[in-house]
Amino acid sequence: MTALTKSWERLAVPLFILAAWEVFSRSGVLPEALLPAPSVVLHTWADWIAGFDESSQANSGRWLADALSSALRVAAGYAIAAVSGVALGIAIGWWRWVERTVEPTIQMLRPVPPVSWIPLAIIWFGIANKPAIFLVFLGAFFPILMNTIHGVKTADRNLIRAASMMGATEQQLLRHVVFPAALPSIFAGLRIGIGAAWMLTVTAEMVAVKSGLGYVLWDSYYFLRYDLVLAAMASIGLLGFATDGAIKLLMSATLHWQHGSTLQSREG
Amino acid sequence: MASIDLQNITKIYRDAKRKRDLLAIDDVSLSVQPNEFLCLLGSSGCGKSTLLNMIAGFEKPTTGTVTVGGKPVGGPGADRGMVFQQANLMPWLPVWENVAFHLRLKGWRKADRRRAAQEYIDMVGLRGFENHYPAELSGGMSQRVGIARALLLNPQVILMDEPFAALDAQTKMDMQEELVAIWQKQRCTVVFVTHSVDEALVLGTRVAVMTSRPGRIRELIDLDLPRPRDITSPRFNDHKRHILNLIREEGMQQRQGVAA
Ligand SMILES: Nc1ncnc2c1ncn2[C@@H]1O[C@H](COP(=O)(O)OP(=O)(O)OP(=O)(O)O)[C@@H](O)[C@H]1O
Ligand SMILES: [Mg+2]
Repeated sequence: MTALTKSWERLAVPLFILAAWEVFSRSGVLPEALLPAPSVVLHTWADWIAGFDESSQANSGRWLADALSSALRVAAGYAIAAVSGVALGIAIGWWRWVERTVEPTIQMLRPVPPVSWIPLAIIWFGIANKPAIFLVFLGAFFPILMNTIHGVKTADRNLIRAASMMGATEQQLLRHVVFPAALPSIFAGLRIGIGAAWMLTVTAEMVAVKSGLGYVLWDSYYFLRYDLVLAAMASIGLLGFATDGAIKLLMSATLHWQHGSTLQSREG
Repeated sequence: MASIDLQNITKIYRDAKRKRDLLAIDDVSLSVQPNEFLCLLGSSGCGKSTLLNMIAGFEKPTTGTVTVGGKPVGGPGADRGMVFQQANLMPWLPVWENVAFHLRLKGWRKADRRRAAQEYIDMVGLRGFENHYPAELSGGMSQRVGIARALLLNPQVILMDEPFAALDAQTKMDMQEELVAIWQKQRCTVVFVTHSVDEALVLGTRVAVMTSRPGRIRELIDLDLPRPRDITSPRFNDHKRHILNLIREEGMQQRQGVAA
């Protein structure tokens, strides 16, 4: 199959939906303000990005700044979650006494939805970047932690035996055997975590922050600018998709040794 | 040159689930001379791996002492090389990194590790596969990597737990020949676990036939057969008949023991 027909396969459904939507919203069944046509959304979005006719009003030309402030919050919270989740996960998975002392607390905190921390986050951190970063951290931390623990616990005991037969110290076992053996699981956690991270930045921005894509989204809702709401939603989707793609790339570069040994590597 | 000494070894496994103790090894004393090739032969479950794992340091004897080169065994370590039934290669490392894993632990630079690995890769006939990953190797090739990895430690003692059990007949024969050649060249002491009488007779300078559970040494048999071993020679077959008889008796006794 050629690359061209393949990309057609992928694009057919979204293109059909866009076309149907355009026709529907121009048909006048609903007032146009309630469901702006894709062409209108695209126009507003373009102005939001490039600022040529102020159709996005005060937001005109401010897209990059908005996207960047959201992305930085995601990056900060996610980085903290990744480092601490992997480190704590390895400790819990490896040492029984750490598991016994820390795990019960974690299992009690885990079911609490991260959004329910919003009031406390605002009280503790005020209205700015910090509560958003805190929420992103909460959302990404648990999936990364749980997957790391799972990866460590399911590491092949025989590999650990083989390495200790070659004189590995405990620290070397963790670094040269347990960590690489857990990497496929860790990456699974990192990918779930990045989704949670975007979700929580946007939530935090709607409530506790005065900038970013989530703030524009909520603010536009108050001003009945549903074209901007849709443009913000599309922006968030696109950025989430891009960051997940970046992690996927990093994953396949790191786990290249799996090629040929897993279903994932099958041509599809 | 290191000798191995097992003195009055017993091993009891605590079975917490069934609240019962299992006597796996019952008072085994055995000494292996430097440069000897000892084959541990016995039926499944008789405690061969248990005995080998105690020499390796993965298991502690319940009573008795294990010494290697005069020093008591405290745990696993690089003074003994171990080849497992499954090759147990790190799937994320290419062949040469697996072979040189010990040097990675010792903090050698990459170029030095690469150079050192080559000698052993050549020795086991894997030139050209240095950069393959374990997932891209056949079972026999993986097993060779495992052997090269153990040899790179330059150990005085090599412990092998049914390393060729999963291989086809032809590959097995090739590997046995290679192993004997390597052992003759490196002059190391080998303890080789197997449940194949032929394999024990092809490889060993001595065969220790074990009883069924609990494991004891039933008989130690010196093999003064010339190498390469001729599996059709009368003397080879005399030994084989004798050992098969021991095993048959052992099986009969066990069945009677169960019936009684
Ligand atoms: N970790 C363990 N815990 C409890 N019992 C064990 C353990 N390891 C081995 N055993 C028991 O000890 C006995 C000897 O086991 P071992 O693995 O040494 O046998 P083996 O001679 O190597 O058998 P095979 O040829 O099948 O590998 C078996 O009955 C087994 O059930
Ligand atoms: Mg065994």
